[in-house]
Amino acid sequence: MKGLFASRQALAGLALLALFALVALFGPYLVQDPTAFVGVPLEPPSGAHWLGTNGQGQDVLAQTIAGARMSLLVGFAVGFGVVAIGAVVGTAAGFFGGLIDDGLSLLINVFLIMPGLPLMVVIAAYLPPGPVTIAWVLIFTGWAWGARVIRSQTLALRNKDFVSAAIVTGEHPLRIILWEILPNQSGLLVSSFIGATLYAIGAQVGLEFLGLGDVSQVTWGTNLYWASNDAALLTGSWWTFVPTGLCVALVGLALGLLNNAIDELSNPRLKRETAYERRLRAAGVKPGTATAVLLERNVPVVPAIDAAEPVGGE
Amino acid sequence: MNLSRASSKLKSGLKFVLRRLGFYLMAAWASITLAFLIPRLMPGDPASAMFARFKGQLKPEAMDALRQAFGFSDAPLHQQYLSYLGHVLRGDLGISISHFPASVNTVIGGALFWTLLLAGVSVVLSFGIGTALGVISAWRRDGKLDRFAPPALIFLGAFPYFWLAMLALFLFGFELGWFPLGHAYADHLTPEFSWAFIGSVLKHAILPAVTIVVATLGGWMLSMRNTMISVLGEDYISLAQAKGLLSRRVMWIYAARNALLPNVTGFGMALGFVLSGSLLTEIIFSYPGQGYLLIQAVRSLDYPLIQGLFLTITLAVLGANWLVDIAYAWLDPRTR
Repeated sequence: MKGLFASRQALAGLALLALFALVALFGPYLVQDPTAFVGVPLEPPSGAHWLGTNGQGQDVLAQTIAGARMSLLVGFAVGFGVVAIGAVVGTAAGFFGGLIDDGLSLLINVFLIMPGLPLMVVIAAYLPPGPVTIAWVLIFTGWAWGARVIRSQTLALRNKDFVSAAIVTGEHPLRIILWEILPNQSGLLVSSFIGATLYAIGAQVGLEFLGLGDVSQVTWGTNLYWASNDAALLTGSWWTFVPTGLCVALVGLALGLLNNAIDELSNPRLKRETAYERRLRAAGVKPGTATAVLLERNVPVVPAIDAAEPVGGE
Repeated sequence: MNLSRASSKLKSGLKFVLRRLGFYLMAAWASITLAFLIPRLMPGDPASAMFARFKGQLKPEAMDALRQAFGFSDAPLHQQYLSYLGHVLRGDLGISISHFPASVNTVIGGALFWTLLLAGVSVVLSFGIGTALGVISAWRRDGKLDRFAPPALIFLGAFPYFWLAMLALFLFGFELGWFPLGHAYADHLTPEFSWAFIGSVLKHAILPAVTIVVATLGGWMLSMRNTMISVLGEDYISLAQAKGLLSRRVMWIYAARNALLPNVTGFGMALGFVLSGSLLTEIIFSYPGQGYLLIQAVRSLDYPLIQGLFLTITLAVLGANWLVDIAYAWLDPRTR
């Protein structure tokens, strides 16, 4: 934890995230009713309406601030759900191995390969629209990401001496998973929580933009839905969609920074080599290809499946 | 070359490809079954609600055909399922409600070309350019490209694709007027094989394609750069340099070729994501592909069309993944 506060990346990410959390918590009380008709539709930013009005004559600033609450809430709830299911399925598959692992891995891989958006649309189209529906749909289509990384980490831990010792002393499998395995992958759990939240916020905005959310509610996704519905682009009213998009991107950036910092912490080699390079540079030596550093922290959000990994019945 | 060894290598490569085919067939079956189960498991019986909705709009014969295609009948569930499977396997996805009386197949078929054109070209471009930039960025560590491109691309990647598309359409389409505001070709042209038509198609595709490429470039570049950096630390690279080989040769033939593998695997996995993003991008540009159909289907609650789109897109992604696996088996001798 101390290390986290020493990292500039983590601090920037945390600060940005805290800012948005405050906006989500208290913002709605500070602005006027976001659904009230306050002016001429599609009025550009002015002193009275800092970010102008949208196609319904509502205040864009109020809508952007009020939208933060539901969007972040759904994002974090889905992040939690994905990690919780991932932890159960992933540890079960990795710890018990054999047929259980084969079956669960097959399930995980099938869900990973299915394109998310069309599946989400099919499910969401049949359910009553609303944030709860969106959260369930996103957990259903996203849980496999968490399960996959947690499974491989559990597989690695399974072969460690302290786990073998626990098995030999006859401890209950549930106790081993809860007390030996899960605490030892807390870093991974946190980073998959952040990754899943990142995915959830983006996917939620996408689904609501498609009109699958409750369009009478104020969220970032429905803001964009109304912007596109009211032909914001064809009338040149950039102020109806730019603020919301910037907010989504800033939250994404904050989560990404935090994830990088956690990766750096849990992978000390990365940090050591960065420090080594810095020392080289301070001495006037240019680090060349020989001082190769594997910058794993920059690995993109999309995890790669190992095609060589046997799938099912193997 | 030992002939029997070569043939046994080929055989295990084939085994790998066939095993993966088995997995994809399984995944295809799972998605088809999911599409069958979802309307039946949902609360409030949406299936009958759907038929109730269209009672006035469709002729009784059309309703019967629709019921048949979906397998909705009074028969027990397993018989419904078999009837549904039969229809899907024969490629009969039912009748579209919003495009009545056209079948779902016809409607999707008309839009498939545009999605394949737009998403296909942009995915290949993004993968190619991103990978090449990653190689160069890793080779010239701490060069201008390496210092500025990765953070900038990470930042761009944080925006939702479709929002970037909105911004691009606003700036370059609306404000500057460089590109048309939507559709796949100018309204006054009819599809034909002529320069005017092809030119119009290109002009309409540039902006949506560029937004997809820009939004996805970063991922390929960074993963290629990272693998490339670890490959550059290997002894055989130092040896190649010590031998005095041209550095271009070492960079592309020795290092990049080996670093490419993780990117190829990632390519298959990311296809679904890229496609989902491009569906939303299509909506912004009113590009008449699958994404545009999807939003129309959602807005008019055209359930047969939504399901048909889900199935075609999923099967296309599975098929593309299998092709990627074949490429992988060909590139990586260890699978053989």
